[in-house]
Amino acid sequence: MKVAYWPGCVSRGFTSELHGSMAAVAPMLNIELVELDRANCCGAGVIAEHSQELADTLNARTFALAQQEITQGADLMMNICSTCQGAQSECQQRLDASAEYRAQVNETLSDEGLEYQDGIINKNFLWVLVEDIGLDKLKTLVRNPLTDLRVGPFYGCYIVRPTDRLDINRAQPRDEYLDQVIEALGGTVIDYAGSHKCCGFPIITMNKEASLEQAGRHLADAVDAEADCLVTPCPLCHLNLDLQQPMAAKQVKRELNMPVLHLPQLVGLALGLSPEDLGLQHHIVKPTAVIDWSQAVVGGVGGW
Amino acid sequence: MAEFKLKIRRYDPETGAAPYWDEHTVELEPHRSVLEGILQARNEKDGSIGVRCSCRSAICGSCGVRVNGKPGLACHTHLDDALASAGEDGVIEVEPMGNMPIIKDLIVDMDAVHWKKIQRVTPWLIGKEPVPEREYIVSRESMIDVTQSMACIQCGACVSDCLSMEVDPLFVGPAALAKSYRFVGDPRDAAHEQRLKDLGEDKHGIYDCTHCFKCIEACPKGVAPMNQIMRLRRIAGNDFHIKDRNNGERHEAAFVKNIEKNGILHEADLLPDSYGGKFHPRAVPELISSLPIVMTALLRRKMTPAKALLHPHEAPEGVKRIFEVVEGRDQRNEFNLYISGTDADNEGTAEVAELIEAAEPAGVAPDGTEGSSA
Repeated sequence: MKVAYWPGCVSRGFTSELHGSMAAVAPMLNIELVELDRANCCGAGVIAEHSQELADTLNARTFALAQQEITQGADLMMNICSTCQGAQSECQQRLDASAEYRAQVNETLSDEGLEYQDGIINKNFLWVLVEDIGLDKLKTLVRNPLTDLRVGPFYGCYIVRPTDRLDINRAQPRDEYLDQVIEALGGTVIDYAGSHKCCGFPIITMNKEASLEQAGRHLADAVDAEADCLVTPCPLCHLNLDLQQPMAAKQVKRELNMPVLHLPQLVGLALGLSPEDLGLQHHIVKPTAVIDWSQAVVGGVGGW
Repeated sequence: MAEFKLKIRRYDPETGAAPYWDEHTVELEPHRSVLEGILQARNEKDGSIGVRCSCRSAICGSCGVRVNGKPGLACHTHLDDALASAGEDGVIEVEPMGNMPIIKDLIVDMDAVHWKKIQRVTPWLIGKEPVPEREYIVSRESMIDVTQSMACIQCGACVSDCLSMEVDPLFVGPAALAKSYRFVGDPRDAAHEQRLKDLGEDKHGIYDCTHCFKCIEACPKGVAPMNQIMRLRRIAGNDFHIKDRNNGERHEAAFVKNIEKNGILHEADLLPDSYGGKFHPRAVPELISSLPIVMTALLRRKMTPAKALLHPHEAPEGVKRIFEVVEGRDQRNEFNLYISGTDADNEGTAEVAELIEAAEPAGVAPDGTEGSSA
C-alpha cells in the first residue's frame, strides 16, 4: 500500500531513531511512504490552546497536502505519533463538522492554492498495522518471533481518548491494538497499571515533579510486573519515559532501567532487522534486555 | 427478567480488614440500572453493602462509582450495557471511585478532593458594577457556552479518573476548573482576570493539567472539563497576558513562536524558551539539571550539536501566511461544536435557526464576548 506519510516533528528531532526505524520497516511491510515534507507541526494541543483556528488551519494544510498525494494514488494519510493522531483528529472533527467553518479555513489556505475536503482518513501506524495490513498477514512476516520477550504496551493518551472522536468501540477496539500487535509478533503482553495512562510530558515545564512522578510510576509499575521493555506509538511519551527516565527514577527514588521501544522498532526486531538498523543504540536507557534476547535469536549486534 | 452477576468491591476502614470482592446474582430487566442491581443485592442478600444514592435519575450526582473500571453514575448505566463492557466471565465489576478516600464500600469521601476545591475557585458570580437597572444583557452564544459547564452535577467521576490528581493530590482538578470556566466564560462576571491570575499562578492550577482526556471520557453529562481548562488557559494567556510563575503562558507562546519560525518543532529551543530564554535566570538551573541527560544524548548520537544548535528547517511561506492571517484577526474565530453542532445535527433545523436569528438583534454583545463563528 501507498501512504501519504506524516512523520511528525519529534520523530525527526529528539527521537530521530523513530523516523529511521519506520523507514527501515516500511518496505518489509510493503508500505510505500510518500513523505509530506512540506507539512507542518500538528500543534500537539498547545497551539489549539493558544488559538483553535490556528491549529485547525495548520492541520487543514497538512490534510490538504496529504489529499494531493491521495489523489495521486496514496490510500490514506499515515502518522507515527499518538499526539499527532489525537491533535489532528480533534481539528478534523471541527473541520468536518461544518461546511461554513471549513470554507473559512480554506479561504486562508487558498493563498497557497490548497483546499481541504472533508473526510480524510488519517491513521497512526498502529491502526494501519491492524486494520490495513492485518494481524494474520503480520504474523506471516515475522522472522524472529519475540518469544519470551515480556512487553508492556504504553499507548499515550491522544490515541485512546476520547473514544468517540477516535472511533474506538467494540467492533474496532483501537485501544487494544498494541496488545494485539505484541501478541502477533510472538511477544508476551504485560498487564500493568500505566498502559493507558499519561506519561506526564505535557507539563514537564510547568510542574516537573508531577510530570516525572507520572513517568516514574508507570515505569516502576512495569518493573514490578517484570516487563523486559515498554513499547509506545508516541514519541512524546518516549521523551518522558526514556530521555527523562534518569530524572524520573530520581523523582520516584527507585532504580528503573526500563527500555522503551518505538513501535516500528519492536515490529522491526520481529521482522528480522538488527537493533542497530532500528537505532536502538540511540536510546538513553540501554535496551539491554531486548538486546540480550536479540543476540540469542538474531546473533551478535556489535559496535556497542 | 434476566440474571446479572455483580462483583462489588467491599471495604470498611473501621474494621482494619483488607478490601475484598463480594459477588451477588440479581434478577432484573436488562434496561434497569446497575444502581438497581446494587440495591437489590443490598435489600435481598446483604444489608451491609454501603452505597450512596438519591434521585436515581442521573441528576443528583450521588451514585458515582466505577463500573468495569470506568467511572460514571450507577443509576445512569444500564445492566445490559454494563454486561457488554464486562470481562469474558460476564461479571459486572462495581468499585468505588478513585482518587478519594473510601468511607465504606462504594461510598467515598468527596470533601477534601472535591468540595473544598469547588469552594477554592470562588463558585459564584461576582457581578459587574454598576448593577444595571434591569437585567444584564448578554449574547445568546456566550450563555449556551457556559451551559456546558453548568451541566455538571458534582458526581466526581472526572475527579475519580484525573491522572494529574493521581500524582498531585493538590491539583485543583477538572470539576473545580470547569466550575471556574462557568464564571470566566460568563460575560456578567467582573473578576475574570483575578480568577485566572489566581489559577495560573497556583502550581496546582490550570497549568497542572496534562490534557489526558480522562475527564472528558468520564463525565456522564458532557461537561468536557479539559476543554474548559484549555479555554481558561487561552483566555489567561491571550486576553489577559498573565505571565504565570509556572511558565504556562511562556511555554505556549514559545511553542507558537517556534512553529511560526520553523514550521515543525525545534525542541532544542522550546525548552529554554519555555523558561524565558537560554540566559534567563529561570532557565539556567533547569538547563544545568538536564546537562547529564544532554551529555548522554550526545554520546549516544541521539542528537548532534549541529542539530541542536542550528535551525535546519524554516517554515514554508504557506505556514507563515496562516500565522499572519489568523493571528492578525481582531477577534478570535472559535468554532464551538457544543454551540454550533455539526451540519448533520442541524439538518432540517436551518429554518428554525433563521426564525430565532430574525427574532434577535444582530451583532456581538456590547461587552465584546466571543461568540461562535457561525
